Amino acid sequence: MSSWPILSLVTFLPLVGVFFCLVVNGPKEAVDRNCRSAALLTSVVVFLISLLLWARFDVTKAGFQFEEKLDWVPALNIGYHMGIDGISLFFVLLSTLLTPICILSSWGAVHVRVKEYMIAFLVLETFMVGMFCALDLALFYVFFEGVLIPMFLIIGIWGGDRRVYAAFKFFLYTLLGSVLMLLAIITIYWQLGTTDIPTAMEKLNLPFIWQCWLFLAFFASFAVKVPMWPVHTWLPDAHVEAPTAGSVILAGVLLKMGGYGFLRLSIPLLPEATQYFAPMIFGLSVVAVIYTSLVALVQEDMKKLIAYSSVAHMGIVTIGAFILNIQSVQGSLFQMLSHGVVSAALFLCVGVLYDRMHTHEIAVFGGLVHRMPRYAFVFGLVHRMPRYAFVFMFFTLASIGLPGLSGFIGEFLVLLGAFKVNTWVAFLAATGLILGAAYALWLYRKIIFGELTKNSLKAILDMNRREVVVFLPLVLLTLWMGIYPNSFLDPMAATVDKLVGDYQSAIKLARTASLAP
Amino acid sequence: MMLGIESWTLARPELFLAAVTALLLIYGVVRGEVATPFVSIATSLALLVTAVLLFVPYREGTAFASLFIVDRLTTTMKALVLVGSAISILMSRAYFERIKAWRFEYPLLVALATLGMMLMISANDLMALYVGLELQSLALYVIAAFQRDSLRSTEAGVKYFVLGSVASGMLLFGASLIYGFCGGTAFVQISRALIEGRGGEIGVVIGLVFVVAGLAFKVSAVPFHMWTPDVYEGAPTPVTALFAVAAKIAAMSLMVSVLMGPFKPLFPQWQQIVVVASVLSMGLGAFAALRQQNIKRLMAYSSIGNVGYVLLGLASGSEKGIQSVVFYLAIYLVMTMGVFAVILMMKRRNVMVENIADLAGLARSEPMMALALLVFMFSLAGIPPLAGFWGKLYIFIAAVEAKLYVPAVLGVLASVVASYYYLRIVKVMYFDEPAEALDRPAFSVNRAVAFVAAILVAVFSLAPQPLSLVAAAAAKGLFP
Repeated sequence: MSSWPILSLVTFLPLVGVFFCLVVNGPKEAVDRNCRSAALLTSVVVFLISLLLWARFDVTKAGFQFEEKLDWVPALNIGYHMGIDGISLFFVLLSTLLTPICILSSWGAVHVRVKEYMIAFLVLETFMVGMFCALDLALFYVFFEGVLIPMFLIIGIWGGDRRVYAAFKFFLYTLLGSVLMLLAIITIYWQLGTTDIPTAMEKLNLPFIWQCWLFLAFFASFAVKVPMWPVHTWLPDAHVEAPTAGSVILAGVLLKMGGYGFLRLSIPLLPEATQYFAPMIFGLSVVAVIYTSLVALVQEDMKKLIAYSSVAHMGIVTIGAFILNIQSVQGSLFQMLSHGVVSAALFLCVGVLYDRMHTHEIAVFGGLVHRMPRYAFVFGLVHRMPRYAFVFMFFTLASIGLPGLSGFIGEFLVLLGAFKVNTWVAFLAATGLILGAAYALWLYRKIIFGELTKNSLKAILDMNRREVVVFLPLVLLTLWMGIYPNSFLDPMAATVDKLVGDYQSAIKLARTASLAP
Repeated sequence: MMLGIESWTLARPELFLAAVTALLLIYGVVRGEVATPFVSIATSLALLVTAVLLFVPYREGTAFASLFIVDRLTTTMKALVLVGSAISILMSRAYFERIKAWRFEYPLLVALATLGMMLMISANDLMALYVGLELQSLALYVIAAFQRDSLRSTEAGVKYFVLGSVASGMLLFGASLIYGFCGGTAFVQISRALIEGRGGEIGVVIGLVFVVAGLAFKVSAVPFHMWTPDVYEGAPTPVTALFAVAAKIAAMSLMVSVLMGPFKPLFPQWQQIVVVASVLSMGLGAFAALRQQNIKRLMAYSSIGNVGYVLLGLASGSEKGIQSVVFYLAIYLVMTMGVFAVILMMKRRNVMVENIADLAGLARSEPMMALALLVFMFSLAGIPPLAGFWGKLYIFIAAVEAKLYVPAVLGVLASVVASYYYLRIVKVMYFDEPAEALDRPAFSVNRAVAFVAAILVAVFSLAPQPLSLVAAAAAKGLFP
């Protein structure tokens, strides 16, 4: 138990940077420079403090740690309750890690309205971290929805040509899902008289039919966020139009909010409905894995391709979460973390090219025009940008799931867990992985290999020092996760054991109750 | 029955306001146009002093042979109305000066309308209710047409007058039926008669329907909303602000005290009406506003939608429902005041503009003003953590607890649709390329109002507790 409110500090410290950015004044260059530095400094400090969470995390405890509990709106019995367990710990770290990386990556890419940009990212960080720490349904909802505001602005102001369409689609789609969750939260509040999540985990015991309704309401929100097929269509649009850093946060953290929501709320609060609806989730996830992989194969836009691959990878995550044995849930969590790092890095890779060429179109980079043998002495980007080619390859392989890199562990654990329960699901999900390798390698070949035919490409520069700094932590982290996953799996273990154990005992209880006369 | 000094002390704020208004009227008539600045400031001050008088010293009870009632709910509502009116007078000066219609009658008419609102909020008898309502309405008819050389403004005034009279007629007709079947116009008598079993009689129910219809017109709930967009668009903007804030809150308070007071025994009957009106208002407020280009018209539809949410709180009929109504109205007051303060700052080359497209690129030319409007818009859309979210949360909690599941689901869905047009304003301000910049507003009351409102929204967002305590105390007035 921590003596000082470290979670609140991590959550709200970014607002100090926001405050600084708001008051800073002067000529435009100075303001931009100061805001950038302030935002970077704040987010790095936040990251360092959040590392303390990991260092002081008690891996043997299954319950919540670093808890803080205050009254917030006593009239409605809503509390300010923060705390993390093995499930949320790494999501907090992921958010605090990706924010400084985003800020650093947009150092050279964003020149308009830098001040607002930095404010938006810092506010976003507060909401993201807060959401993963919240242990009160109302607080959770506030942070969960609050994320929409800065993200809407990030896509809409700094996005591409169709940014307005994408921003609205993103906002309305996710809002539509979330408002139904709000009703579910209200129903739980009405039943319990409180919105405290740990209390709800202990005491909430709803009749089956109620559980089903509430499950669907939560599902509407989380499925859109994950996103699951067929409500994934906002994601490719949002990704394509969002600025690079926006895509990074979107893929890295925002999608995880859905998976996290399933594990934090749907499964522990509504176990019988979880069991009832699990086959539906498997079905949708398998479709997502296979169908979106196929869709990814025919994309002409790099960001869209990676966006579809995210849908496929998140399909594995939802399968893992709902198989509900220890391996699969751990795998699901690990896959989310890995995807958070790897897809974020892939979007950064796209961003590196976009900063230079101002397009995401695959054909621009590829050797689509092969008929110019005279220029054969320039062998593609791999020679022009060796550092870049390496980084891109590294993350492509990590995304495919090459053993030794992070993607493998999560997928393997999920499939292992799935095989025990449902061979077909595991088999079909594994097929998706093969398709995943196909589109990822295809993308890599198109971008990096082939002849350099365009004059504009011949002058392209390799990554500069700042970009290397951006990628370095991600590369190291991916290796670490792939080679020694136990550093990440151990803190999860106790909580996942408890989650699965509670779920199974709840199911058993329900079954005996239904058998009793 | 007490007609002694006690009655006069209870009605002290109203008497004070009436006296000050009369004195200022005389002063204005004597001095002529020169008196306008003084009269306007004095009137807003008088309104604020009246608001203070409500609480110091605070008294409860009935007065004037039970025609007049003062309790926590009426006091809170009056305070909201008074603050709303005072601010809308302060905000109107620049507007009327520009169109050369800055006359001393305007603040006085607003004060008279406010007096009417206070009387109707405190009404404890159908006759008193009608007198208050008409005092309010007549003053409002006049100021809707205050820009008398503008076709739109006079049209708005006439439209409001004709339709408002029809509504008053309906209310009176319903009241007469109720009088006939219950044997009295006092709320206590009606309530007693209904409890004794007259509620089953068809005449009472028909009377109730007419009364509710008349009240629904005043709060502009669907299907009695037709006048709202035209009047809001046509009336001078400060007057629209008054309609959207003070008049709406007063009418809503009236509806609450009538339905939850004497007609409480008929709850099952009126609940259906209110639920239907609520769902229709939420729906129409959301869908009809989607294609509006004029921001005042948009705010009209937005106010219809907001009334829908308030009615949902009322339809739950519980103490929590009334709390949610008060809570929502207080937040609505702040947000709407803020929005109108911004609208009143929208001018280009010294001409007021009202189209949403005129806001294009505001985020660059006037970042703070845009930020304030952004806060109001997200708050109106009910996006957490902003204050509007707490209002909606409160309403939906009350609705779910009253088992109004279907209206609650429709309500949240309507709020998603409605969020589109609030977002559209944000989009115009932040995403679009700047149009010709708006005039840079000098320091003005409007600017101050917008910032104070934005800060209040922020405070309510983070700490909704104090406001919910106020709401809880107010609701105690109906549930002693």
